[in-house]
Amino acid sequence: MSGTTDAVATRPTAGSDLAQVLELSPVESHLHPEGSFDLADHPVPTGLEEIWRFTPLKRLKDLHTEAALDGDQYTVAVDAAEGVTAVSVPVAESARGVSGYVPNDRISARAWDAAQSVFEITVAKDAVVEEPTYVRLTGTGTEKAAAGQLLVRARAFSHATVVVEYSGSATWAENIEVVLEDGAQLTFVTIQDWADDAVHVVTQHSRVGRDASFKHVAVTLGGDVVRASTSTDYVGTGGGVELFGVYFADAGQHIEHRLFADHTAPKTRSNVLYKGALQGQDAHTVWIGNVLIRKEAEGIETFEQNDNLVLTDGAKADSVPNLEIETGEIEGAGHASTTGRFDDQHLFYLQSRGIPEDEARRLVVHGFFNDIIRKIGVPHLQERLEAAIEAELSAAERAGAL
Amino acid sequence: MSTLEIKNLHVTVDTEDGAKEILRGVNLTIKSGEVHAIMGPNGSGKSTLAYSIAGHPKYTISDGEVLLDGQNILELSVDQRARAGLFLAMQYPVEVPGVSVANFLRTAKTAIDGEAPKLRTWVKDVNAALERVTLDPTFAQRSVNEGFSGGEKKRHEIAQLELLNPKFAVLDETDSGLDIDALRVVSDGVNRYTAQGDRGVLLITHYTRILRYIEPDFVHVFVAGRLAESGGKELADQLEAEGYDKYVKAASV
Repeated sequence: MSGTTDAVATRPTAGSDLAQVLELSPVESHLHPEGSFDLADHPVPTGLEEIWRFTPLKRLKDLHTEAALDGDQYTVAVDAAEGVTAVSVPVAESARGVSGYVPNDRISARAWDAAQSVFEITVAKDAVVEEPTYVRLTGTGTEKAAAGQLLVRARAFSHATVVVEYSGSATWAENIEVVLEDGAQLTFVTIQDWADDAVHVVTQHSRVGRDASFKHVAVTLGGDVVRASTSTDYVGTGGGVELFGVYFADAGQHIEHRLFADHTAPKTRSNVLYKGALQGQDAHTVWIGNVLIRKEAEGIETFEQNDNLVLTDGAKADSVPNLEIETGEIEGAGHASTTGRFDDQHLFYLQSRGIPEDEARRLVVHGFFNDIIRKIGVPHLQERLEAAIEAELSAAERAGAL
Repeated sequence: MSTLEIKNLHVTVDTEDGAKEILRGVNLTIKSGEVHAIMGPNGSGKSTLAYSIAGHPKYTISDGEVLLDGQNILELSVDQRARAGLFLAMQYPVEVPGVSVANFLRTAKTAIDGEAPKLRTWVKDVNAALERVTLDPTFAQRSVNEGFSGGEKKRHEIAQLELLNPKFAVLDETDSGLDIDALRVVSDGVNRYTAQGDRGVLLITHYTRILRYIEPDFVHVFVAGRLAESGGKELADQLEAEGYDKYVKAASV
């Protein structure tokens, strides 16, 4: 842990760092909290703070207070494709921080502080890698909390897919940085297929280079509490991000996704689409979609959308899009949010053609997710998602929730 | 030979002021091979009759029964009624996002027949059915009714009618909102269906126009929740000339 402290002491704050690199004007926006590596700058949240008000702090197993993050109840397996290196590097020797990320909440700052090593995945310059690279993290218990740190670097003009899968039981605080150099194309997938008791709080920041193209797919199926904060900014013109999310919350589950697209360069694009289904008592999902278009970010295009399908009584979806625009010179900016109950008209129509109710319900739910699954563009993952949705519906049927 | 018997059907809907009776004792028997046209003014309860037979949850049956070959289908779920041989072509077909027409039709056909259709012939059958109602085969890949024009939705209903081939079809204002070309396409589809000789149709309409293309065996005037008069197709001509006024007046007395 000593190495971490040194790194903190010499690092400038994020705001000035980014501003220097990009020559940005200062921005006063609640969407853009100043980060800090110093834990003292991150008091223990009370739950009243804007960024914490939806999160059930009591179920975080003290990740947000003082839980030691030195647990070892997990295993990591890596299946790296050719052209991709995946190695664990001690913090002092790692390139962490290269995305410009500075922790902007207490759990992230604690995880940064506690991390002993950084798992670095690097796609070589110009490498075009068809096969996805897999990192599989399996938790074996929730008693001891642990901190993880991942850095994914897509070198210039590389083309690759990286999939991180989480399963089992864990209390896991994590920082993920993703850096796309100029012209790189990266699809980065996280699949949170945790057991019912897992707690996962992850902060992910991506920095997108000139003409680089980043696709992030967040799949959240399991866990007691999953909170994922995902942000992106740009260091050159022409960069684009697609942030896709698919989630399915069951009884008692809390799934929270917080997105932030920080348009720091001209002619950049962000397209956010998150779709989720909820079923069962106290299933709770939260989606926060923040977009900031800075004065320098002329000619950008952004759209963010969140759709929720509430399948049963007792489930709750919160959906909050925020858009702040500091320049009028943009191509387009918009957002949409829908939260709907299961539509009886759909059921009636399908049933009137002879399709039994349970099958009609399946059709409608699969249909709801269909467009986003098609957009993911990773064939193996598409099949897996179809199967996962099917499994969620079957489990709910067995439990009598539907 | 099948029979659909509607006996003393009373139906209510829940309103803010309590249950309101919409159907007030409907009696009608349709045999296979027959086309019955039900005509009536807006608000007379025609669509309620259609949806009640199909089993829409919005409507409450307060009395009566609907027998399909002696079985009271009011005791069946919506999908069971369809599998028993009933089809409702809706006035406003529902859009089902993300569910392709191809998947929808195959699932419906499998449910109705109790076994999956043969893959090789089925795709051809679907394409042929779509083409007969002048829908491009690419419609099979689109989401059910999503982004379809009003006319395309109606033609899609008729394609389903032909593919699922029920014993009895209830057509709820299938003609409304159609231009003359689409009306011909839809009517031709219904006529192909009835030409089999052993299928029954309950054609609900506001206008006599469609009866120039689909010849009814019986015409019924529907006013204030029940049949006010029944006759042959000459009754349609009379309605064309005189309208519903005298029936509405009589019913309001």
